[in-house]
Amino acid sequence: MKRLFAALAAMLPLAAPAHANFAETVDTVFAASTGWFVNLIFANLPGTQIPWIVGWLVIGAVVFTLYFGFIQFRAFGHALQIVRGKYSDPKDAGEVSPFQALTAALSGTVGLGNIAGVAVAVSIGGAGATFWMILAGLLGMASKFTECTLGVKYRNEYPDGTVSGGPMYYIKKGFEERGLPLGAFMAVMFSIFCVLGALGGGNMFQANQAASQVQSVLGIPAWVTGLVLSGIVFAVIVGGIKSIARVTEKVVPFMGIGYFLVGMLILIMNADMILWAFGEILRGAFTDTGIVGGMIGAIIQGFRRAAFSNEAGIGSAAIAHSAVRTKEPISEGFVSLLEPFIDTVIICTMTALVIIITQQLLIDAETGRYILNEAGRIATVSGATGGVPITSAAFGAVFGWAPYALSLAVFLFAFSTMITWSYYGMKSWTYMFGEGRTKEMTFKVIFCVFVFIGAVSSLDAVIDFSDAALFAMAIVNIIALYFLMPIVKRELNSYLSRMKSGQIVAFK
Amino acid sequence: MSHIYLIAFDGSNASHRALAYGVERARASGARLVLAHVLEWSPYSFLTAEELAERHKRRNQEVGRAQDIILKPMEEKLTREGVEVETVVRYGHVAETLCALAEEFEVTQIIIGRTGDSSLQKRIFGSVSVTLAQAAPVPCTIVP
Repeated sequence: MKRLFAALAAMLPLAAPAHANFAETVDTVFAASTGWFVNLIFANLPGTQIPWIVGWLVIGAVVFTLYFGFIQFRAFGHALQIVRGKYSDPKDAGEVSPFQALTAALSGTVGLGNIAGVAVAVSIGGAGATFWMILAGLLGMASKFTECTLGVKYRNEYPDGTVSGGPMYYIKKGFEERGLPLGAFMAVMFSIFCVLGALGGGNMFQANQAASQVQSVLGIPAWVTGLVLSGIVFAVIVGGIKSIARVTEKVVPFMGIGYFLVGMLILIMNADMILWAFGEILRGAFTDTGIVGGMIGAIIQGFRRAAFSNEAGIGSAAIAHSAVRTKEPISEGFVSLLEPFIDTVIICTMTALVIIITQQLLIDAETGRYILNEAGRIATVSGATGGVPITSAAFGAVFGWAPYALSLAVFLFAFSTMITWSYYGMKSWTYMFGEGRTKEMTFKVIFCVFVFIGAVSSLDAVIDFSDAALFAMAIVNIIALYFLMPIVKRELNSYLSRMKSGQIVAFK
Repeated sequence: MSHIYLIAFDGSNASHRALAYGVERARASGARLVLAHVLEWSPYSFLTAEELAERHKRRNQEVGRAQDIILKPMEEKLTREGVEVETVVRYGHVAETLCALAEEFEVTQIIIGRTGDSSLQKRIFGSVSVTLAQAAPVPCTIVP
């Protein structure tokens, strides 16, 4: 046995260059084969520099916000009470609680989008991107409310007690109920895009960022991290080794809280800079600070990263939320509207503030404009480019140990997001091909292969494809939400009037 | 007024001792018994998306197992012996749930067994019996 290990160890250095070449090949093939899809999704509106898809998401969020009369602000307090269990019947203990649905859905969204995505946004769009990101987060709360309410209302419940739900189910059943055509077709379209999104944003982007962080801090080649991650994901979703997932699910929330606290600590230590930082954010949001695309560039980056991070309007969270056994779909919608708030308005803003306050972005002292590097991005103090390394450098500027802790956090966030998305992807897969062990296994194996591909591809190719796949889900989902929102409105009015008349009361 | 004893029964040795004591007291006083099996559960634990989807199924299985394997045989045995008994399965924090049950069933006494375990963990966080001794709304007998 020992001899075997020794032999393997001797072979490793020989194998590495071969793998590096292989990684380059994978990267080229990947970029070439997904380019057309990315270009289609991110095509600019005719005569402008604005990708139509970003406008699509924002218009959706604005429509839902207005249609439901700023529900994200009106129901915010009530949502907190529901999560705290005030409206849960004690006799239903043992069923999924609102808190558990919230955290499970959050584990799919809080992750690298909050660490890497934000860094990408501010390194291209400047501090001003933060303002638009927060605005997009606040508006997105209404989109999330709409989709999660529908997710619960139109889920499938099976005789054995398990449930399946999500956009594909509410599109099909909701359209049938309203007598609209094309429901079944759109449901399948959504499922196709959801599978791609699961492989892209929910998988390759995560693997890519985890691998690049581990490489830059610990010096381990990306293909090694790729293989390890792929192996662990395989063990959990194919091998059914639940214990690994369980450990992660317990550790990740604390990682999230820890990340928030460390960020908070940095802000407190630099309390005198906070006003300056917000000044920078506002200045960048409304004036041209020298970034590519000017003010429009900041808006696009902010909106794009917010959508990618909190997934509002994408439809993914509706899959997780549909598992809650509640008599009131609306109450689940209320709970879900907290997600973009926690994810984007709190955690993403924290990352952005830390990057701005530690002055990672180089500003020309005389003109107040950002200094760009040859790639058209803002040059950083540390010389770091790309997502996680910039955030890592920002935290590292204050605490020397932070990059190591961040490596661990990135790895775990990436892993838990992958597990959650493998479920979303599988639900869509089985919606199209039917449930059954072989069919589920096929998807799971494909998923694990993409973990490796993601780890060894270049950041730009992966990030573009991930965004494109996620946004493609939003195309179908938001069209459906427009047609189905009167149903949500009816539920909402009924709920609010019963709350007023005292039919819905708190148990505690 | 007739007495009702609430007995925490999970099939463990300690709970068998509590039951034996409770049955003996009930025979003497003509009290009715409520056998409660509380499954430890926190609404603030973390579950994966897949576990969410299967939760209701699992809950049904767990309740079924508690009813059929733990409570039912004992209920039938006691009924044959002429003791009036009913059973209940609940989820929650064990001590808090027992207190809530005591009020719901208007019992006059709670009887639980203690494991005699004095590990560090229990010293710090307290055990069910210690919590009940402090928080029970009715007299509470702890059977060693």
